[in-house]
Amino acid sequence: MDPLDRRKLFKIAGWTLGAGALYRFAPPALGEGGRVMDLLGKKNGERPTPFTFVQFSDTHVGFDGPPDPLGTKAFERAVEMVNALPERPDLVLFTGDLTHDSEKPGEHAARMKRFREIAGGLNAARVHYVPGEHDAGLDGGALFRENFGETFSSFDWRGVHFVGLDNVSRGKPAVGAEQLAWLKRDLERFPTTAPIVVFTHRPLFDLKPDWEWFTSDGDQVMNALAGFENVTVLYGHIHREHSHVEGNARHYASRSLIFAFPDPETGVPKKPMTFEPSKPFANLGIRRVAERPPTAPAVETVELTLREYAGTVGVQQLLQKGNES
Amino acid sequence: MKTIRSLALLASLAAMLPLSGARADEPRVVAVSAKRFEFEPKEIHVAKGEPVVLEVTSQDVTHGFFSRTLGFDEDLAPGKTVRIPLKTDADGSYVVLCDHYCGSGHGNMKLTIVVQ
Repeated sequence: MDPLDRRKLFKIAGWTLGAGALYRFAPPALGEGGRVMDLLGKKNGERPTPFTFVQFSDTHVGFDGPPDPLGTKAFERAVEMVNALPERPDLVLFTGDLTHDSEKPGEHAARMKRFREIAGGLNAARVHYVPGEHDAGLDGGALFRENFGETFSSFDWRGVHFVGLDNVSRGKPAVGAEQLAWLKRDLERFPTTAPIVVFTHRPLFDLKPDWEWFTSDGDQVMNALAGFENVTVLYGHIHREHSHVEGNARHYASRSLIFAFPDPETGVPKKPMTFEPSKPFANLGIRRVAERPPTAPAVETVELTLREYAGTVGVQQLLQKGNES
Repeated sequence: MKTIRSLALLASLAAMLPLSGARADEPRVVAVSAKRFEFEPKEIHVAKGEPVVLEVTSQDVTHGFFSRTLGFDEDLAPGKTVRIPLKTDADGSYVVLCDHYCGSGHGNMKLTIVVQ
């Protein structure tokens, strides 16, 4: 058996931080794994190299209510925590509901401004955003665009292709035909071996339709990605952690930075979990960090996605061609 | 206000009872009103196998009317009535949601259809 069949060549690992999660993209640099990365670099256009990034979700700046009377405190703590990390993250991805909407004239814009003030304190090379329905559901994304540009976009970073999708600004939980066509065009230039990270607000599968935890055309999005061998989807909206594997794609929800929702499988109604004054950040995740000095954030290791690349068809073809050249 | 409450109560009661005067081969029509952030009635009871059509009208902004299990996903433009034949072939309690974002109370806008 080719030793590569047993070798874990390529992984994105995640550590829960409450600020969503800190992800480490860790392709091997040396040995046979490194050779595959060289070949992937030739094939994909850029050799995958290690980096870290952070996902923030559901900050709901402007929310004021009993489920979380602390407002932006968790968000601000999360920014401090990330800035205290010994290794500066390359990227920060915000997966929607940056703000809590308001119909009072000027108030939503003021909340967006406040969000930018807090997010602006993040020490990261790049920050990317997609909207949630509370940011863009009422105005079709106009205010979001004024602040952050287009509601969907893509970029490449150290050998990984990132795609930010908007499944909220149509009012409905949908990506829509126009964005789907864009996505297919966007992916055309990549070989099946290219690692893809999608970040969006709502789940792209039917997690809990009765709680509006779905995207109506999420199956079409995943069909467009089905040919790729390593797909990671990061999302928010559900205010709790969740993981799901389907085909070559692994879907991960991060915690929110405002009140949490319960597990729908327990049969409880969809209501925010009760705020506990003695544990103000319970279920938001930064509880652990609050217990430690900021320079030594407590992190709990969880495996985010682990693809054994060597066994995939695309990599076998790549190795074959690499050996021939 | 008292009159509005009385009318809402009558609407709820009407939705829970089959209309005895309806012809057997004609579907019972149940009117549903949508406005931020509630449906009225909030619960509809139908007999298993009973032909029922919902006539849903938004009173204010665009709403959605969605149930994955019952197989419909409609947009409700303000003032326009949408007719939705209801599947009543299986017992159960089904949740119908507004799935067109209509404001910060949107997450609680739902009704329940009970087939028994």
